[in-house]
Amino acid sequence: MLEDLPVAAGSFARTIDQHMRLIYWICGVWFVAAQGVLFYFLWRFRQRPGVRAAWLPAEGRRELAWIFAPVLLVLVCDLVIEFDSARVWAAVKEHAPEASLEVGVHASQFAWEYQYPGPDGRLDTADDFRARQLHVPVGRVVSLRLESRDVLHSIFVPQLRLKQDIVPGRQLRSWFEATREGTWPVVCAELCGVGHTFMQSTMVAEAADTYDRWAAAQAAGGAR
Amino acid sequence: MSAHAETAQDLDPRSTEVPTGRVAVWWFLASEIAIFGGAVVCYLLFRLRHPEWSAEAAHTITAAGAINTVVLLTSSLSAVLAHAAAGRGDGPRAARMLWYTVGGGLVFLVVKAYEYTHEISAGMVPSRGLFWAFYFLLTGLHALHVTGGMVALGAVARGAARGQHLGRVELVAIYWHFVDIVWIFLFPLLYLSSGGSR
Amino acid sequence: MSAAHAELPFWKRHLFSTDHKVIARQYMLTGALMAIVGGLFAAAFRHTLAWPGESVPGFGVLGPDRYNTMVTLHGTIMVFWVAMPVLVAGFGNFLIPLMVGAEDMAFPRLNMLSYWVFFLSTAVLVASLFVTGGGSGVGWTTYPPLSTSARFGAGLGVDLWILAVALEFVAFLMGGINFITTAINKRAPGMGLWDMPLFVWEEIVASVVFMLSVGPLVAGAVMLLFDRNLGTGFYDPAAGGDPLLFQHLFWFFGHPEVYVLLLPALGILAEVLCALSRKALFGYRVVVWSTLVAGVLSFVVWAHHQFISGIDPRLASPFSLTTILISVPFSITIFAFLATLWKGSIRLELPMLFAVAMLAEFLLGGVTGIVNGSAAADIYIHDTYFVVAHFHYTLFPIVVLAPFAGVYYWFPKMTGRELHRGLGYAHLALTVVFFNLTFLPMFSLGMMGHHRRIANPSMFEHLRAGQHLQVLATVGAIGLLVATVPFVVNVFWSALRGRQAERNPWRATTLEWDTASPPPHGNFDAPPVVSRGPYVYSPDGAGEDFVPQGAPDTSQERAVPAVAMAEAVAP
Repeated sequence: MLEDLPVAAGSFARTIDQHMRLIYWICGVWFVAAQGVLFYFLWRFRQRPGVRAAWLPAEGRRELAWIFAPVLLVLVCDLVIEFDSARVWAAVKEHAPEASLEVGVHASQFAWEYQYPGPDGRLDTADDFRARQLHVPVGRVVSLRLESRDVLHSIFVPQLRLKQDIVPGRQLRSWFEATREGTWPVVCAELCGVGHTFMQSTMVAEAADTYDRWAAAQAAGGAR
Repeated sequence: MSAHAETAQDLDPRSTEVPTGRVAVWWFLASEIAIFGGAVVCYLLFRLRHPEWSAEAAHTITAAGAINTVVLLTSSLSAVLAHAAAGRGDGPRAARMLWYTVGGGLVFLVVKAYEYTHEISAGMVPSRGLFWAFYFLLTGLHALHVTGGMVALGAVARGAARGQHLGRVELVAIYWHFVDIVWIFLFPLLYLSSGGSR
Repeated sequence: MSAAHAELPFWKRHLFSTDHKVIARQYMLTGALMAIVGGLFAAAFRHTLAWPGESVPGFGVLGPDRYNTMVTLHGTIMVFWVAMPVLVAGFGNFLIPLMVGAEDMAFPRLNMLSYWVFFLSTAVLVASLFVTGGGSGVGWTTYPPLSTSARFGAGLGVDLWILAVALEFVAFLMGGINFITTAINKRAPGMGLWDMPLFVWEEIVASVVFMLSVGPLVAGAVMLLFDRNLGTGFYDPAAGGDPLLFQHLFWFFGHPEVYVLLLPALGILAEVLCALSRKALFGYRVVVWSTLVAGVLSFVVWAHHQFISGIDPRLASPFSLTTILISVPFSITIFAFLATLWKGSIRLELPMLFAVAMLAEFLLGGVTGIVNGSAAADIYIHDTYFVVAHFHYTLFPIVVLAPFAGVYYWFPKMTGRELHRGLGYAHLALTVVFFNLTFLPMFSLGMMGHHRRIANPSMFEHLRAGQHLQVLATVGAIGLLVATVPFVVNVFWSALRGRQAERNPWRATTLEWDTASPPPHGNFDAPPVVSRGPYVYSPDGAGEDFVPQGAPDTSQERAVPAVAMAEAVAP
């Protein structure tokens, strides 16, 4: 199952993958063990002539330990997963690193548009330019300012393991750092209406100098 | 068993000391509290973020709200008296008291209708802003419950007048007290929260 | 009593009956009918997913608008018009009065009203499909702002959808009050709370959880109707409102709702496992307590549906923690069920086989839930097919396999006749095979990054590699529909022609087996008196391997006050 994951092309993609791998193995072992016990019992304690079931209402502590011991083990595994989850979550969603590029993402029914800061490096100034593709430099932290003018959307780039809902009326932020060159899909992961299935664009992660040339050309061409 | 029997229906064997109808009404109220509770908590969460709503709240007719508070409280008193009469087996008096309570509800609705007319004609409609949206949502839901309560009161009063189903008097009385208590929350939250701006 | 009932006109006996068993049948049949509708919708949109753009037999070409409607209605129907009426209302109505030894519900007329309000809600939902603009296509979650305005594509169908769901809530509130009061106050003499079969406990906790969680959403739904029709802006950021408010209200109900469905299913399982392994439920009291704890915890997990919805990221870890904690009471229950099989004498009859299938499939739903419950993994998994696969691996066992186990178990009691075995085995095998064929591929699709609710995967280059999995899943879904044919045939044929059943074919202990099959109006010939707990299977000694709850007490194992008994038995 984990081998179906798309290529990891962002800085925290591997962190998330490793966390999922941890869950996969812990839960996998439990799953196999529980199925094993279930089917072993079915076979071992099948009805046989002359064999009567045991009277075991298990209201005492000694019998109940048979369920509480594995439950305690479940809880320990749960907490291991939870701590790892909190660590990864904090690294991805709570502590965004200093960004060298800020891009405005405008989601609407049913298209993506990206707002670049232009030569002055700041959004919402006269030299901003807009694009239909998300071009980003590899190896630099990109901060996204997410806005919607109509309904809920959600930006999802599978190769980056990046996903964040976009809520009208709020400026939410997200970030990533592309770690390898490539062209990846940007899709909307939140049902946004009849054109939800058409809502996609592409992200081009390219070498920093290629990106700089593209940005300069776009800025010179003026806002499209 | 017979020690608990108050009316004919209660002769059914039951597992607890509490009459079945009372159990049901309390559970019904629990679900009602969840509905009003949800709406009121939403209102409070917004209200705390918007101190400027006190200017809007100042446009509510506090006097009318106060009159309605008195009316509802009084109608609850007659509901209590109805319950007491039913406990003594005095059906006709219980019915009379219940009809007084219905009358209280009617007065409440008339005053409420006057307020709505006044507010809507002055442009304070639900779409004017979130305060008014909440005002109409909460008072509207409440008025709906008052109306439903009046129907229930009337139905029980008709039976009680003939000395039937006296056990139900208590049940409608409990419900009416609940409607009353909801109003006691709504009145300060909506009318009196104008923060002394006027 | 039953003689008087038989003289009632047909419509009073079968349509407007106050008999809980008739009402149970009405709920179950309506639910089964809606299950076929919901299943057909699923087959239709799955057909479109496998072969985009091709005409679906009976439906025509599904464009994105009708695709969205099919998906929305499939979810809505399966949760609110199948799971609720069959599991909660159907089994609850049939079994609670019988299991507690009552002649009917506490409020039989309220019970009848509950069904007819439910029926009305069904009619409104069906009508919503035929209004201008078609049925709701905004998802079963109905998130605003999408759902607030025709401007965004939400027409009259959404208003009717909201109305239908609201009416449905009213029906189940009335039903829930009946369940709770019946179990509290209509128990047979001698039956304490701790003598109630686990199924009754599960139904009561489910009803309480439902009643206390649905209120805020009712308020939220009224607010949505206000936004749609009165121009308010509760969920409109431009007017100062907040779209996330609805998500909180929805999931404050939506997540407990999962347990509202799970608990009765676990109750059915407990009855079947005990009777067919001839074992007392392992740790009955502990299971009840963990059910109560789970009921309480279910109110503080909701935001795990909203990790990436834009809520404060610092909220994620607390909700992730509560989500993981709620796995503890449910692990207790599952382990107790496994331990019940230990040293049993297991009869692999059809109800048992369905119960085992339910447990085995549900385990996969349970462990994949950990992936969703982890906030970190959810970043990637959220709104992908992995989530779809996960909740079908929980809900299909809960809503389909557990009720099947229940039907195969109680059918002799409901109809007085036995189901055909061969057809039952065919039904079981086909159901399990096609279920896994449908949903296993979706785990892989989700891992590939296949997002949900898109009408045409072929529009996405990165999803083309997974198209063969979509085809597999569709074949499975159509197979699942076919798999129910032997069941439907079996039910109708057996109800008319099946072998006559005994009173107690499984030799089970609970009170419903102490009366005729089917039970007459009024249920019991003589009011039962209970002298022991629900699962006295294979007690020590050489006698019968079960002692019914209602069997007279000979061993003085418990002292029931003689006066109370005499009073209760007296007419």
